[in-house]
Amino acid sequence: MKLNLRPYSKTTFGLSLGMTVFYLSFLVIVPLSALFLKSANLGWSGLLEVFSEDRIQKALWLSFSAGGAAAAINLVVGFLFAWVLVRYEFPGKKILDTLVDLPFTLPTAVAGIALTAIYSPNGWIGKYLDPLGIKVAYTPLGIVIALVFIGFPFVVRTVQPVLEELPKELEESAYCLGANRLQTFTRVLFPEIWPSLLAGTSMAFARGIGEYGSVVFISGNLPGKTEILPLLIVTKLEQYEYAKATGIALLMLVLSFSIMLAINFFQSRSSRRLG
Amino acid sequence: MTLVLASLVPISAEEPLLNVSFDPTRELYEDVNKQFIEGWKKKTGRSLQIQQSHGGSGKQARAVIDGLEADVVTLALAYDIDSIVDHGGLVSKDWEKAFPHHSVPYYSTVVFLVRKGNPKGIKDWNDVVKPGVGVITPNPKTSGGARWNYLAAWGFAKKKYGSEEKAKEFVKALYRNTSVLDTGARGSTTTFVQRGIGDVLLAWENEAELALSESKKANGGNSQFEVIYPTSSILAETPVAIVEKVARKKGTWEVAKAYLEFLYTKEGQQTIAKHFFRPIDEAVLKSNSSKFPKVKLFDVRELEGSWKTAHKKHFADGGIFDGIYSEAKK
Repeated sequence: MKLNLRPYSKTTFGLSLGMTVFYLSFLVIVPLSALFLKSANLGWSGLLEVFSEDRIQKALWLSFSAGGAAAAINLVVGFLFAWVLVRYEFPGKKILDTLVDLPFTLPTAVAGIALTAIYSPNGWIGKYLDPLGIKVAYTPLGIVIALVFIGFPFVVRTVQPVLEELPKELEESAYCLGANRLQTFTRVLFPEIWPSLLAGTSMAFARGIGEYGSVVFISGNLPGKTEILPLLIVTKLEQYEYAKATGIALLMLVLSFSIMLAINFFQSRSSRRLG
Repeated sequence: MTLVLASLVPISAEEPLLNVSFDPTRELYEDVNKQFIEGWKKKTGRSLQIQQSHGGSGKQARAVIDGLEADVVTLALAYDIDSIVDHGGLVSKDWEKAFPHHSVPYYSTVVFLVRKGNPKGIKDWNDVVKPGVGVITPNPKTSGGARWNYLAAWGFAKKKYGSEEKAKEFVKALYRNTSVLDTGARGSTTTFVQRGIGDVLLAWENEAELALSESKKANGGNSQFEVIYPTSSILAETPVAIVEKVARKKGTWEVAKAYLEFLYTKEGQQTIAKHFFRPIDEAVLKSNSSKFPKVKLFDVRELEGSWKTAHKKHFADGGIFDGIYSEAKK
C-alpha cells in the first residue's frame, strides 16, 4: 500500500473551508450584518447622537472598565489556579477541577441572584462588609465581582493545557543552569504561557463587556452610576427604539472586535517570536 | 419556554388559545382559565386549551410584534397595546372600544409597602420624598409597573402643588431616595422583601398584598410588613385586546372574544377581586370593599391626555425621567 505523504490533500481543504465559511456565515456573519443593516436606519447623524448621549458614554466606560478590572483579576487568580491544578496533587483535586467550569454551566441570572443575595447589606458576606463601609451589591464593585465570576473559567481553561505541556525538566534544567526561582519564572515559564494567558484574559474581558444576566441583579441599574451597556440596549428595546438599540450594539461590536483583533495580533506576534 | 414545548406537542382535539400577559397576572389567569374552559365546554361542547405567557409587559408586547402568535393580549398599560397597533397593525386601531370600560376589565393602584411598625412614619407621598427615606421602585425605562409608580407620584405632586415645575422637583426628590432600580416590578419586591433594602416599596396593590400574605405564611401569621394607602394615587388600568390578525388567521376570533368577555362577567369579576385586582363591576367591588380601601384615584387621561403623550413627555429619551438623572449628577 502506498503511503499518503500529504495528509491534507487539496480537495479536503476545499470541502472543509467551504463548511467553515458556510457555518460562519449563517451563525456569525449573517446575524451581525443584520445588525449593521438595522442600525443603518439611523444614519450617521443618528449614530453620532446615540454615542454622544451622556448615559451611553458613562455605561460604555463602566462596562469596559469593570470588564477590564475583572479580566485583570482573572488573569492573576486564574493563572494561580491553573498552576495549582497542574503542578500539585492533593485530595479533592478532581472536584476542584470540575468546580472551575461551573460558571459556564450555571445560568448567569442564577449567578447574579446568588451573588446579590450574598453581597447585599443583609447577605452572608455583605452584613460583615457593610459596617466597615464597604458596599458591594448595587455598586460598580458588585459588577466587577459578577464579571470575575463569569470570566474565571476562561483563563484557567486556556492556561491549563499549556502548563500541562510544559515539561518539568524545563524548570529543573533552568535551576541547574543557575537560575533562581524568579528568573526561571520570568525567563523560562512566562514566555511560554503568556500567549495563552492573554487569550484567556481577552476572552474573559469580551464576555464581561457583553454580560447581562448576572450583572443586572447586582448592579442596581442606576443611570450614570451602575448602568451597563447591555442594559441600555434592553432599555431602548423596551421603548421600541430598535434602531438606537442596534446602534449601541454596533458600537459594542466594533469596539470589541477591534480589541480582539489587536490582542490576536499581539498574541500571534509573541508566539511567532517564540516558535 | 413552555411555549416552545407546547408547540412541539402534537396538535390535539383541543383548540389552543394563547394569552400573552404580564408578570403579576400569572395566578389570576390560572384561575380564570380553569373557569372559562369549564364554561366553554358546557356552552359549546368544545374543549379548549389556554396557554399563558408572562413577562415584563413591554417585553411581551415586543414578542407579539416580533411574531409570537398570541390570540389575546392582557397587558399592563395601554401604551404597550398601542405599540402593537403601531408596529405591524396586529391589533385593530380602535381596540379600546371593543370591550366595555375602554377595554379595561380590572385595574389596580400604587400603594406603599413598609416594614412592620412603619419606623419611618410613612403615611402619604410627602413622606416618601423626605431625605433619608430609602425608596425601592423599578426602572421606568424597562418596567411598566415603574411607569405607574412614577406617574402616581407625579400626579399627586401636580395636584397638590399645582404646577409641573413643582411636580418635577417632587419626582426628582423621589428618585434621589432610590438606591436600586431593578429592571422589573418583581425584582423590586425581592430587593425590598428578601434583601432588606429600603424603607418603602412602591408597588401595585395586588403585588403588595401578595408580598404581605407570603410574609404571613412564612412567619406563622405575623407579617413583617404593612401596606399603607396614600390619600391619592393613580388609576392603573390594565387593558385587554384581541390580536385581530392572528385570531382571524387561526380561526380563534370567536373564542378569543368570549374569553375576554368572560372577564366582565360576575364570575370573572369575583375571581379578579380574589387576586387583589380591583374589579370594574361596582357591585363586586362593594362586596369586596374590605379588601380595597378607598383611595382617591386619578387617571393618565386627566394627567397627560393619553399614554402616548405621557410616554413621550416622561419616559422617552430626553424626557423628564432622563432629565432627573442628568441633573442630579451636576
